Amino acid sequence: MYVVVAGGGKVGANVTRTLLEMGHEVTMIEQRPDRFALLEEEFGPVVMRGDATEISVLERAGIARPPELLLAATGDDEDNLVISQIGKEGYGVPKAIARVNDPRNQAHFDLLGITQTICATTSVLGLVEHEVPEHGLVRLLELQKEGLEIVEVQIEKDSPVAGSRAGGLKLPGGSRLISVFRHGRTELVEPETVMRPGDQVLAIVSNDSALDLRRVLLGAPK
Amino acid sequence: MKAVVIGCGRVGSAVAKGLLADGWDVTAVDESEDALMRLGSGWRGGFVVGHGMDATVLEQAGVPDADAAVVSTNGDNTNLVIGQVLQKRYGIGCVVVRVLDPARAEFYAERGLRTVCPTQTAISVLLDTVRATAPAPA
Repeated sequence: MYVVVAGGGKVGANVTRTLLEMGHEVTMIEQRPDRFALLEEEFGPVVMRGDATEISVLERAGIARPPELLLAATGDDEDNLVISQIGKEGYGVPKAIARVNDPRNQAHFDLLGITQTICATTSVLGLVEHEVPEHGLVRLLELQKEGLEIVEVQIEKDSPVAGSRAGGLKLPGGSRLISVFRHGRTELVEPETVMRPGDQVLAIVSNDSALDLRRVLLGAPK
Repeated sequence: MKAVVIGCGRVGSAVAKGLLADGWDVTAVDESEDALMRLGSGWRGGFVVGHGMDATVLEQAGVPDADAAVVSTNGDNTNLVIGQVLQKRYGIGCVVVRVLDPARAEFYAERGLRTVCPTQTAISVLLDTVRATAPAPA
């Protein structure tokens, strides 16, 4: 597979190294002269110097072939957005993945059709949420295109549903309980499954009703 | 009629003043408070300090009910992203975006963004001036 990596920082350089080891063909673009010199020692002709938001630079990197994958991994969100748009809309690159540096910019990526994004801050926050049990609801996976997410909820002693049958719960529209994890085992949720304190419940829920689901299972936030 | 000018440097501040003189209700946005000085002591429009990528700043500047917007920060890509956000998220009918790189200006113009490229203008004017004032080479 041919991959163009825009940005040779820690993310870009490590991804490039791994892709090369896997036998893929890669061109990495780096703008900063000192960083470029360092990368050139390791990567030789794989790294190219230039501003990856310039169309002529992308063309020299072979954007018109086009690559199977474009990774926009610079430290600047506006740059990553423009690189992804030029690749996808201008050259028909089938897959563009953009790095989001500031999670507050995620909405701009979604709005402008760059749906595959990675954000280190959001990932770290996800892990933090997972470690803070009183938060109640942990988002495990977001299915952006479908508008759904998979969440985990831990049932507490004082949860309004403790002791209730799953079949009798009034869940928000667009949500389903998938499984409960208890005593080291996972069981699929059936209508007769009884919710018990300590249960870790996996659920699938539409983006906008995650908080409603939390309210049904755990009550109002403390 | 409400206009928002994002990026209040030499270009943005002059555009803001011009629109105000035309009778628009203008709010300027800039990352730096110093930009207010460029608008002059008689500035009667609005001014918001903040980055144009920040939705809170845009909303504070009155973007949701603006009729026109000019985006002229010192970054091409920043301008291109903000311009698209103003057009697609807030549905502003007239969004004009300054882009210094002629290739990117053309690329986004083809996709429905009103881009203005000062570099391209300079190139055309310089060429035209030489053509008009010097004899053509034999």
